[in-house]
Amino acid sequence: MHKSLSLSIIFHLLIIGFTILTLPFAMKQPIDVPPMISIDLIQISEKTALPFAPKAKEIIEKIKEEKERVVKKQAPPKKQIKKQKQDAVPMPDQIKKKEPEKTKKQNPEEVKEDIRQASEFEKKEIFDPTKVAALIDKAKEDYAEVEKKQKQSMTQSTDPTVSLDKGLTLSQEDAIKAQIVKCWNIPLGLPFDENLTVRIRLQLNKDGSILSSEILDHARMNRPGQGFYKVLAESALRAVRLCNPLKMPTTGHEKWKDLQLNFDAKEMLRG
Amino acid sequence: MKKFLFSILFLLFSVNAKAVVTIDITRGNLEPLPTAIADFYIENPEKFSTNINKLNLQENLPSVIKNNLSRSGLFYVIDKKAYIQDPKLSHLKPRFEDWRLIKAQIMVSGKLKIDDKGRLRVEFRLWDTVSAKEIESLALFATPTSWRRIAHIISDKIYQRLTGEEGYFDTRIIYVAESGPKTQRVKKLAIMDQDGASNKYLTLGNELVLTPRFSPDGRMVTYMSYFKNLPRVYLLNIETGIQEVVGDFPGMTFAPRFSPDGRKVIMSFARDGNSDIYTMDIESRRVEQITSHPAIDTSPSFSPDGNYITFNSDRSGIQQIYTMRADGRSVKRISRGSGLYGTPVWSPRGDLIAFTKIHKGKFYIGVMRTDGTGERLLTENFYQEAPSWSPNGRVLIFYRETAGGRDGKGAGANLWSIDITGYNEIKIKTETDASDPSWSGLLSK
Repeated sequence: MHKSLSLSIIFHLLIIGFTILTLPFAMKQPIDVPPMISIDLIQISEKTALPFAPKAKEIIEKIKEEKERVVKKQAPPKKQIKKQKQDAVPMPDQIKKKEPEKTKKQNPEEVKEDIRQASEFEKKEIFDPTKVAALIDKAKEDYAEVEKKQKQSMTQSTDPTVSLDKGLTLSQEDAIKAQIVKCWNIPLGLPFDENLTVRIRLQLNKDGSILSSEILDHARMNRPGQGFYKVLAESALRAVRLCNPLKMPTTGHEKWKDLQLNFDAKEMLRG
Repeated sequence: MKKFLFSILFLLFSVNAKAVVTIDITRGNLEPLPTAIADFYIENPEKFSTNINKLNLQENLPSVIKNNLSRSGLFYVIDKKAYIQDPKLSHLKPRFEDWRLIKAQIMVSGKLKIDDKGRLRVEFRLWDTVSAKEIESLALFATPTSWRRIAHIISDKIYQRLTGEEGYFDTRIIYVAESGPKTQRVKKLAIMDQDGASNKYLTLGNELVLTPRFSPDGRMVTYMSYFKNLPRVYLLNIETGIQEVVGDFPGMTFAPRFSPDGRKVIMSFARDGNSDIYTMDIESRRVEQITSHPAIDTSPSFSPDGNYITFNSDRSGIQQIYTMRADGRSVKRISRGSGLYGTPVWSPRGDLIAFTKIHKGKFYIGVMRTDGTGERLLTENFYQEAPSWSPNGRVLIFYRETAGGRDGKGAGANLWSIDITGYNEIKIKTETDASDPSWSGLLSK
């Protein structure tokens, strides 16, 4: 009697224990639900994009102090580069004086504005029909100046559309093109069916180094919905800077000191 | 008079422009953009517990970004062994000449910090080494265990800044995980990050599951499974785990997909050998018949604006792709090539329709414009189908089966992705065989 009772209790306990152990598994949802994750995002570009960050400078100096030896080893090449630059330029004083003179003569600021207004994208917005007369007067003066210059410069050929008259021969143009092509990484994600042409205006020194570079349709970069144009423009600027200095003809600086590069990746992207 | 003035202006501007030498650059390198991603710098290592240290975030977080960008095919991430500058310094101010020296045009640096609330603060900065300037920066806060999502969001930001279009890295893929022999195949619903990490199974494999599709907000999934031995369309809430049969149809329902607003499910309903397209409003359960034709109409997919539907039908005698208005009017055949066309899916951009084509015993994944023109076949294989778009409409994911030997050994199914240009075809690693993938929208949207 006593035995059977204890056996019954053990047996029942076993059943209860088994039920307790297995029920949670049976009741558990078969789905392993992925957890919800919340992430906060904060724009920090206003702080980080400062041209001179005093705090960063302090930290850099501290770290530099910690690694004095390493820094000392890395430091000399900087000086060497500076020296090289000075050596590489034969007559720095003359060039420094010459360049501003040239730009003043050409009145580049006005020219740049004209070019900006002439862009297909901005012309429509800027154009004011009431000021047409004023524009014509100005344009007449410009035209007269250009005509004078052309008459002076024209010697053999009278056709202004021929590349030779513009200052560079076709082979010289091809040589410049070949340099830029090597430096230009076309952004592969761009759509091939959109009209994206980036025009960059360069002013070049005699040694082919870039004095200034400017995107002619700069305003388009910051317009909403022009993300692809911005990407292409930035890639074109990178190409120009990577190619700096350009290998230019040794003579005729006057002819090629102003250069416009039109970057168009459509053909390449279409494949 | 006005015309005359315009022509004078045009003439004068064109004359003026001739003073500058103009060169058209229409060629360049079609190589991926050389990019460097430095290890992230830990600002307060004393606050990093042993568990957080085990995650090795300073290396693993940039490594996930590197994998994302590399797999996109648009970036070439330079091996970090080549990096010259210490990440401690590079985050504050990169020495651009060092990065240019190793041909990196773009550089990513980052900083990690545990804040007072125990949250992980990740700050990343994107640098243009050629122009020597910062072009993007962002700080993100989350629990340290969510570091993978942070890495995906950073990848999206970089991708968007450098390509001009939205990224697709902070997304998930739902698919059918397959295991076991051909005769007793177990098919489970599984979900994972787009890079194959964080894999989870959503069903036990007791019932066959097919064609899972995400809702636009990524919280619901619709798929086909069996109910009382009949194929039926199900809805599953992946946040709560609750699943239910869609509608009370007296026959089989299949090929479900959500409408772009997530309020309706569009699917095929088959009875007596004929199948037509129906929609069901999820809230009101109101059912609407869209097509009514003795032919087999199936695989419906909405356009992103919800105004049109593409589907495949054999009403012309051979299976082809059609489009129609969302109410079933203006049915138009758009596929014209030889062969069978199926599984049409409208791109999230709205400009293309992806499809599977069967021609002379081979399977192709392709895209065409929504009017059927510009057909491009991206990839060809023994057996492949079910393309699904990445949320930016740039990449397609699909599954491919490999033929086994005569004994069936060596056969398998895997997920693959391909760029719409036809380049960058890559296999996505999964724990088991995988089929029927569906790409979610951006989780952080």
